[in-house]
Amino acid sequence: MNRFTMQRRIAIALLLALSVGGVLILLDGHNPFEAYEVLFLESFLNYWGFSNTLVKASPMLLAGLAVIIPMRAGVFNIGGEGQIYIGGLFGAVFALAIPDLPGLLGVPLIFIAAAAGGAFWAAIPAYLKAYRGTNEVIVTLLMNFIAIHIVSYAVAGPLLAEGAPYPYSEEVSEAYRLPILIPRSDTHVGIVFGLAMTVILYFWLRFTPSGFHLDLVGRNARAAAYAGVDQKKTIIRAMLIGGSLAGTAGAIEVIGLKYRLFHLFSDGYGYDGIVVAFLAALNPIVAPLTALFLAGLSAGAGTMQRAVGVDSSVIEVVEGLVVVLVAAALVTPQTKSTSILKPLAKNLRLRRQTQRQKKEA
Amino acid sequence: MIDLVLLGDVLAGTARLGTPIAFAAVGGVIAERGGLYNIGLEGQILVGALGAAAGSFATGSALIGLGCGIICGLISGLLLGYMSIRLRINQLVGGIALNLLLAGLTAFLSRQIFGAQAGGARVNGFSQIDIPFLSDLPVVGPSLFSQDPLFYLLIGLAIAAWFWLMKSHKGLDLRAVGENPKAADLAGVPVFRMQYLAIAVSGVLAALAGVHLVLSQVYVFAEGMSAGKGFIALAAIILGRWSPIGAICAALFFGFCDAVQFKLQFTSPEIPYQLFLILPYLASLIALVVLGAKASAPASVGLPYDREHR
Repeated sequence: MNRFTMQRRIAIALLLALSVGGVLILLDGHNPFEAYEVLFLESFLNYWGFSNTLVKASPMLLAGLAVIIPMRAGVFNIGGEGQIYIGGLFGAVFALAIPDLPGLLGVPLIFIAAAAGGAFWAAIPAYLKAYRGTNEVIVTLLMNFIAIHIVSYAVAGPLLAEGAPYPYSEEVSEAYRLPILIPRSDTHVGIVFGLAMTVILYFWLRFTPSGFHLDLVGRNARAAAYAGVDQKKTIIRAMLIGGSLAGTAGAIEVIGLKYRLFHLFSDGYGYDGIVVAFLAALNPIVAPLTALFLAGLSAGAGTMQRAVGVDSSVIEVVEGLVVVLVAAALVTPQTKSTSILKPLAKNLRLRRQTQRQKKEA
Repeated sequence: MIDLVLLGDVLAGTARLGTPIAFAAVGGVIAERGGLYNIGLEGQILVGALGAAAGSFATGSALIGLGCGIICGLISGLLLGYMSIRLRINQLVGGIALNLLLAGLTAFLSRQIFGAQAGGARVNGFSQIDIPFLSDLPVVGPSLFSQDPLFYLLIGLAIAAWFWLMKSHKGLDLRAVGENPKAADLAGVPVFRMQYLAIAVSGVLAALAGVHLVLSQVYVFAEGMSAGKGFIALAAIILGRWSPIGAICAALFFGFCDAVQFKLQFTSPEIPYQLFLILPYLASLIALVVLGAKASAPASVGLPYDREHR
C-alpha cells in the first residue's frame, strides 16, 4: 500500500465515519448537512470559534506527537494523559515555587520542568518495556490513573489555594502566562510551540540517523539489531521524547489557558492524541492537520447542539468510528500485522522488488 | 462495637464495588486465555448498562433488562472479535477505538431513549436476597449474604468459568489457542471459532458488570458510568495471574480499596483518600513488575493468528 492509497483509504474512512454520524443526526430528527455546515463553519470560519478550535488543537497536537514518536519505534504510548498530568504538575509546582523570574527566563524553565515531568512518567514504562519486556500498554494505562489521582491529591492538599471552594492551586504569576496569539480570545502561543515541535521532529525522523533508527527498530527489530542499532536505547529515547511532548502539553494548559492547576484539568487530551496520531498515519507533518480537524469537531459540537439541536454526543460516535475505520483501513488483508507499520514495510519491499524487476526486464 | 459496624460496612462496600470489576475481569481473563486482548471492556460495561436500563425501562422487568444487557454485550464482543480476528486490526487500537465508539454511542442512545431528563429515568432493578440463617450472622451476614442476585450469579459463574477453563476439554483447547495457535490448529482445534467464542463470552461478562451497576446499584443509566472500571479490570487480570478465581480476588481487593476510600472521605478527611484510589493501580503495577508478566500471561496474547503465515 503506497502513501497515495493509504491517504485515500483514510479519506474514505473519514467520509464513512461522518456519514454514519449523519445517519444518527437524521435519526435525531435533524438535517445532517445543516448540522455539519454549522459545525464546520463555526469551528473553522468564525473568529471566536476558530480561536476556540486552536485552543483545543494545541494540547491535542502535542499529545498526538507523543503517540507518534514512540509508535514509530514500535512502542504504544497510551500514557499521554498521565504524562500531561505530571507535566502540568511539575510546571505548576515550578511556577508557584519560584514566582519572581522574568517571563523570558521563567516560561522556558517551566516548559523544561514540565517536559522533565512527562519524561519521568514515560521513563518507567520505557525502562520496563526495554529491559524487562513488560507490556507498555498496560503499564502506561495504569500510570494514567495514578497520575490523575496524584494531581487530585496535590490540588486538594499541598497546593490548594487559600479559600478555594473546590480543589485548585493558586494562580501563576502574570509574567509566566503565555502571550495571547489572537487578540481578545483565549488562543495562546501554545499552538506555535506545537508547530515548531512538529517541524523539528519531522526533520529529525527524516534526515538524521538517530531518527531513522526509530523506524528501523519499529519495522524490523531483528534487522535493526544486525545493523548494530541499540534497540533498548532507541525505545527509551522514543518514549522519553514522547513523554516530554505530552508534559509540555500539560504546561501549556496550566500557564496558557487556566493559569492554575485544576483537578482533572486535561479533558482526555492524551487519548485524543491517539486519534490524532492514527489519522495522521504516524506522520508528524500531518499531525497539525488532524489535530485541527479533531479539535474543530469537538469545539463545534457544542455550537451544533445549541444552534441545530443535534445532540453533541454524535461527534463522540464519529470520533470513535474514525479510529475504528482508519485502523481497519491501514491494515492490508493477508498480512500478519502486530504493528500497523508492518504492512507498510511489506509493501515498500514489494514495490522495490517490482521496480527492480522492471529495470532488469 | 463501632469498629465492627465499620468493618461490616466496608465488607458490604467491597462486595458491591468489587462485583462489576470482577465480572469484567473474568471476561478479560477468558479473552486473554484465548489469545485476544480485550481493551474494550470499558465500553462493553457501558453497553451492558445501557441495554439493562433500556430493557428494564421499556418493560418494567429487571430480568428482561438483564437479557437486553447480555445481548448488547454479545454484539459488542462479536464486533471486537471481528476487528481482532478477521480484520486483524492491532487489538489494542481496536479496543481503544471500541471504547471511544461505545462511549459516544451509549451517550447518544441514552438521550434518545430516556429523553433529556438530567437525572435519567429510574428503572426497576433487582432487590437483595437474604440467604436464610447465613444472613443473620453478625458483621458478615448483612454484607455478604444479603446481596442482590447478580452477586450470587458472579460466584456461580466464577466457579463455572474456572472449571470450564482449567478442567474441561474445551477449556484446554482455548488455552492452547492462547499459547500457541499454530499448534492448536494442527491438532485440529478450530482456532477462530474458539477465539470468537472467547471474545463473545468476554463481551457478555463485561456487559454483566454494566448490568450490575444499573440493576443492582443505582437503578439509572448515566453517561460514562463505567468510570474506568474496565481499565481496573485489566489490572485485576494481571494481579490475578490470568486465572478466573485470581481475577475475582483481585477485583474484590480493588473493591475493598474503593470502599475504604469512600469511608475515609467521610470519617477521616485528614488522611488523603487518593492514597486508596492509587493503591489498586500501584498494586497491579508492582505485581506486573515483581512477579513478571511473561511467566503467566498466555504466550500468544495480542498476536493475530494467520493460518497462511509460517
